[in-house]
Amino acid sequence: MFSGFMLNAWESGTLVAIVAGIVGFFVVLRGSAFPAHAIPNGAFAGAAGANLIGINPLLGLGLFSLLAALGIGSWGRRGRPDVVTALALVLMLALGAAFLSQSSAYEPEIYALLFGEILGVSSSQLVPLMALGVICAIAIAVLYRPLLVTSLIPDVAAAHGMSTTTIDTAFLIIVAMATTMTVPVVGALLIFTLMMGPPAAARSLSSRPSLALGLSVVIAVGVMWASIASAFQWNWPVGFFVGTYSAIAYAIARLISLRPRTRTRTLYRAHTH
Amino acid sequence: MKFLFAPGFTSSGPVHVALALGAMVAIVSALVGVFTVVRSQSFAGHALTDVATAGGAGAGYLGVNALAGFVVGSLTGGVAMETIGVHRVRSRDVATGIVLGAATGCSALFFYLAANAGSSTGSTQRILFGSLFEVAPDTLPIVGLLSVVTVAALALIGRALLLSSVSPEMATVGGISTRSVGVIFMLTLAVSVGLSSVAIGAILSTALLIGPAASALRMARTIRGAMLLACVLGVVATSLGVLLAYDSYNWSSRHTPLPVSFFVVVVVVVTYALTYVPVLRRRATTGRS
Amino acid sequence: MTTTPTSRSLVPVLEVDDVSVTFGGRAVLDHVSFEIAPGEFTGLIGSNGVGKTTLLRVILGLQKTTSGTIRVLGQPLRHRSRSLGYVPQKVILDPDVPLRARDLVALGVDAHRFGLRRRSREDKDRVEEMLDAVDALGFADARVGSLSGGEQQRVLIAHALISRPSLLLLDEPLANLDPKSVQEIVALLHRVSVQHDVAVLLSAHEMNALLPVMDRIVYVTNGKAASGTTEEVVRTDVLSELYGHHVDVLQLHGRVLVVAEPSADTDHLPSHATLHLD
Repeated sequence: MFSGFMLNAWESGTLVAIVAGIVGFFVVLRGSAFPAHAIPNGAFAGAAGANLIGINPLLGLGLFSLLAALGIGSWGRRGRPDVVTALALVLMLALGAAFLSQSSAYEPEIYALLFGEILGVSSSQLVPLMALGVICAIAIAVLYRPLLVTSLIPDVAAAHGMSTTTIDTAFLIIVAMATTMTVPVVGALLIFTLMMGPPAAARSLSSRPSLALGLSVVIAVGVMWASIASAFQWNWPVGFFVGTYSAIAYAIARLISLRPRTRTRTLYRAHTH
Repeated sequence: MKFLFAPGFTSSGPVHVALALGAMVAIVSALVGVFTVVRSQSFAGHALTDVATAGGAGAGYLGVNALAGFVVGSLTGGVAMETIGVHRVRSRDVATGIVLGAATGCSALFFYLAANAGSSTGSTQRILFGSLFEVAPDTLPIVGLLSVVTVAALALIGRALLLSSVSPEMATVGGISTRSVGVIFMLTLAVSVGLSSVAIGAILSTALLIGPAASALRMARTIRGAMLLACVLGVVATSLGVLLAYDSYNWSSRHTPLPVSFFVVVVVVVTYALTYVPVLRRRATTGRS
Repeated sequence: MTTTPTSRSLVPVLEVDDVSVTFGGRAVLDHVSFEIAPGEFTGLIGSNGVGKTTLLRVILGLQKTTSGTIRVLGQPLRHRSRSLGYVPQKVILDPDVPLRARDLVALGVDAHRFGLRRRSREDKDRVEEMLDAVDALGFADARVGSLSGGEQQRVLIAHALISRPSLLLLDEPLANLDPKSVQEIVALLHRVSVQHDVAVLLSAHEMNALLPVMDRIVYVTNGKAASGTTEEVVRTDVLSELYGHHVDVLQLHGRVLVVAEPSADTDHLPSHATLHLD
């Protein structure tokens, strides 16, 4: 279970989970669930396109997820964001479908793009994965406070001279980078699950941002490890377990948070000053 | 005319089925879509497509009719989302996202199992991206029936739905049960997603749902006008998609046609983009006298 | 309208009887009682967070009471009573939605009825009449999402009025309006109340704009309420008892100011202590 190609799976899975836990925390906080779902689908088109013209898939992934992020970021401000996001999403998927129809991709390849192939990660893929992960983490660290402030109290942030639109776009680019590194591992459709479930669970458990962020990473890594172990054990696709365990983690967290706690006290303390 | 309509287009059986099915599905999606956009439930609508995917994949594995899988899947998803709280705006996105994620996981499993059982070659692609030319003619009556039921349900709750989208409190005070109206709408949304999944594929059905409706809402003066226009735009998009896909067989020397769904989505997105061209936009927003 | 003029003059349109609402052990409304007679113009006055919105929601049936009863026209409040008209402060609607002001008013006629329905000549005339009554004919064909706060307010009043309610409830209709619009809306509401024989209950955190038209005031603070005419309620002794500590009621050029005694414990200052000298 811990040898050879499985070791790659554990390492890449852990990396992906950490990044998804961090980036996902802000996705949930900012209510960007829909863009975060759309961008990976753009990445799918990129990978399919790269496959068609025979270049490195990572290049196609990066280019198209970046395009999706910038498109949603800029056009979404002019129209209704949810409509623009939905249409950008289907356009990217349709492009992907068109690329696939022109290439001679086998079904398993399409499947891997959409749902991931964590057991097929090679050692050579680990290096770019790690590099992108580090860049994402640094970008989040630099933008940590502006991201928090613009999500929680946008008006105050604007009054302090922060451009919410710039920060929005910067954040979508971070999501695009996180997507690029994670699609080969868990697939275009499933990275979103990992960005949603664990952070949403963490948010119900703690109202302190830094603690919730930490919890989000811990839960994401936990879900990922449990999924890899289960996939190895039962020989079912890892994506199924990622989806199921994320939902279970969220359900458990919601149940725990429903119990009466001392949360009100901490809330009121914040208001007395 | 030969240039536009490739030989055999008007006499081909699959083309007739594709056009008829496309038109029906487009009309249902457009009508439901208008309310989806007005209620800002695009994400919920899209999440249902992912649940429909899981249903379709499950049907593929079990060897059941894909339409049944799509409809049952998205109905289950609709009920699940309604239960865990899409009606509360604050937790709506999270609830939607969790259901969507769990459903995608199930799709992964069903596709994998189906592939292992060797029961379905190319089914992954067909379920996800659709293929209007491969729809069995005997699906038409079922699609027709479901379309009629959906449109009737919408006609029943239309005005109540509109007012509760404007202000749930005003609707409640005016004697409307916003909760039941919301649930009925969610069911019509689920059925229409199931139907359009057959036509242009489960994960692309959002295009027919949101695109024509959003474009029509930008151009029309009234809700009624928007509904009519959305139907027209939807039917044009599917028909044009069928036509272009049929023609595309002759576009390259390798004779590999592009998928119908690709053209439908492109037409839908281009139409929406065109509504940003000032000339095409009615000045209804400033209709003061 | 089933009630005859004689029964209307006897039965109050609204009776709030000993109503309490408790959230997590904290009393948001604490044994509140008052009545509103037919056609009466009533101001529900109090600072933010004293329970005004909760009280309105209770009357509308959107919020359950912990104890006490509400009666509308002598009948216990059923969940969907169409004798009430409700006007929210504003509705948030994308300007992209092609719902015109007249469409929203028309929904007041038939939104609760199921099925397709062709609106009759009579319905259309009535929509026109309501739009005219609130001076909204000028923007009747503009989209609701593109209207200003004051314009939206008028359309929402017309929407509520078209179902011929006995009582119109308005949630902070004057907040976020400029002084001129405040005067216009108050005058409009008073006119509508008289012409359409409808009682009005509106919440506000500032009473001065309402003084000329108010028949009755319900003054709310800390979940408790005092009700009566302005002369009966806005007095040093009554309000001091309500606040639980001494406040002064000052008259200044026909305006009323409620001022707390200067003390170290400024936490309990009523917010009306701010001067409005516009």
